[in-house]
Amino acid sequence: MVYFILKRLVQSVFVMLAVAFLAFSLFRFVGDPITQMTGVETSVEDQERLREELGLNDPFVAQFARFTSNMLQGDFGFSYRTRQPVAEMIADRIPATLELGIVALLISLIVGIPAGVYTALRPRGAVTQTLLMTTLIGVSVPTFVIGIMLIFLFGVQLRWLPTFGRGGTVELGGWETSFLTVDGWRALILPAITLGVYQLTLTMRLVRAEMMEVMRSDYIRFATARGVPMQRLYYKHALANTMVPVITIIGLQFGGVIAFSIVTESVFQWPGMGLLFLESIRFVDIPVMGVYLVVIAFFFVIVNMIVDLLYVAIDPRLRVKEAT
Amino acid sequence: MIAFLKRSEGLWLFSRSPAVILATITTIAILIGAVFAPWIAPVNPYDLASFSLFDGLLPPLWEDGGRPQFLLGTDDQGRDMISSILYGARLSLLIGIAAMAIATVLGVSLGLAAGYYGGRFDAIVMRIADVQLALPAILTALLIDGIARGLLPADVQQELRVWVLTLAIALSLWVNFARTARASTLVQMNKDYVQAAIMMGQRPIRVMFVHIFPNILGPLLVIMTVDLASAILLEATLSFLGIGLPADSPSLGTLIRIGMQFLLSGEWWILWIPTLFLVALVVSINVLGDFLRDVFNPRLR
Repeated sequence: MVYFILKRLVQSVFVMLAVAFLAFSLFRFVGDPITQMTGVETSVEDQERLREELGLNDPFVAQFARFTSNMLQGDFGFSYRTRQPVAEMIADRIPATLELGIVALLISLIVGIPAGVYTALRPRGAVTQTLLMTTLIGVSVPTFVIGIMLIFLFGVQLRWLPTFGRGGTVELGGWETSFLTVDGWRALILPAITLGVYQLTLTMRLVRAEMMEVMRSDYIRFATARGVPMQRLYYKHALANTMVPVITIIGLQFGGVIAFSIVTESVFQWPGMGLLFLESIRFVDIPVMGVYLVVIAFFFVIVNMIVDLLYVAIDPRLRVKEAT
Repeated sequence: MIAFLKRSEGLWLFSRSPAVILATITTIAILIGAVFAPWIAPVNPYDLASFSLFDGLLPPLWEDGGRPQFLLGTDDQGRDMISSILYGARLSLLIGIAAMAIATVLGVSLGLAAGYYGGRFDAIVMRIADVQLALPAILTALLIDGIARGLLPADVQQELRVWVLTLAIALSLWVNFARTARASTLVQMNKDYVQAAIMMGQRPIRVMFVHIFPNILGPLLVIMTVDLASAILLEATLSFLGIGLPADSPSLGTLIRIGMQFLLSGEWWILWIPTLFLVALVVSINVLGDFLRDVFNPRLR
């Protein structure tokens, strides 16, 4: 077990190094950092002095080492656009994106898993056919169209919910949360549904496929023959065995949620990291782009490590395999 | 497409499913409209002289104040909506098909070679594919677009916008092709005809493209339709985000972004008609993709 965790940790460090290298290459080779930092009036001598001061004439490996060690100390450089420290800019935006992503993921699981189980158990039912047809549309209709439709229906026509921004937020030890105010929750509903719908269809289809697979297996047939009540059979024996792939997709979906939050945040003007990333692309603000990638990769690695640990906790067979 | 329709089974399945027939008709209709846009469209939306501000914000024909020469109404600049949409669909399809074609050539070549040669080359290609698979396509495309913006000078960028967009989309979709082509190639490598061709001393390129390639075409065709839909969606999303095509040469995504400004003011046609077009196109292509998958993979039925 300890060996397993250590192995995963070492792998994660390598992934982070690779992403840091990508961010560094972006910073170093896409456009000249010096021309970005200085104005037109700066003389060539001043530019060269700045280049020397920042160590941009040093060997490549030395520069990358310094870049990485700065990052580890929380120094992410300065934005070309706002001249602020990138670390602050990103840190301000993290709570908004994470809260949105978590609620979207919860919607996807709470609705997707039961729907998947139902459609697997009644494959020929009318409700199942309708649900499957709806998921096909859910995959085909782009996220931003779903967002616009929700805004139009609940924001413009019915006037029930706000259509942009985060509403009221409460500062909680440096973390700006919208979970504590009614206003915040109201603002969260539409973006979270928009972001959750696509993931929901994926969850539902996967749970359905897994469930159908499990229902065909021998031990389920044996349990049926032995007279185990159907409800107990479905929810205890069958569902428990579909949980391993479901947990895998939580890890994978997290990446999708973060990426599609760029679109959702743009539709709802949600002040999260995605919106910042979009602005940084529009203004070619390379440091912010690079740091965004590093932060996303960091979350991704953490979530996937937790998922790997959960496997071992959930599936006893994996524990045996590790021991031998 | 035609080859499999000649097989009676595919044709029989086709005739039994109204959804698939409807999807085919929709796709073909939009395709014809897009290809022949310069001849069908009443005005050229790129030509500033062909429309006037005085015709701005006219509703579709069936609403009060609609005029016969603007069947689906006009936008705030007085552009005819039908013309904008036809030209927009033309651009969307052009970029989608070009991106899909580049992704296919790149992905299939790499996948074939990876499956054929194996070893270190295979390992490297598949590692890159794995890493890219962890990144959602939209993030990859945005990143490539951002890099292109940083590398190219501003004036060149405007000219190359369509190509940058196409390449960004293609580079974020090639992985599917590479993985499928590699998996199918590995299966074919064990067949006698491939071994015979290798032993006859034929060059690897010839074995890959003349012998193996025709036999892995089925699964690739399915991915091509699904990825065409993804490519069109990606382009629409990027343009909607304001990263894609500019407002003077709008694709469907750009039209929807422009229409968003009228969400609150009641000119519904400027937003919803392009949206309807985009969704109809993508849903139809996805339905066709599902149908093709069923035809090629009878076990799923």
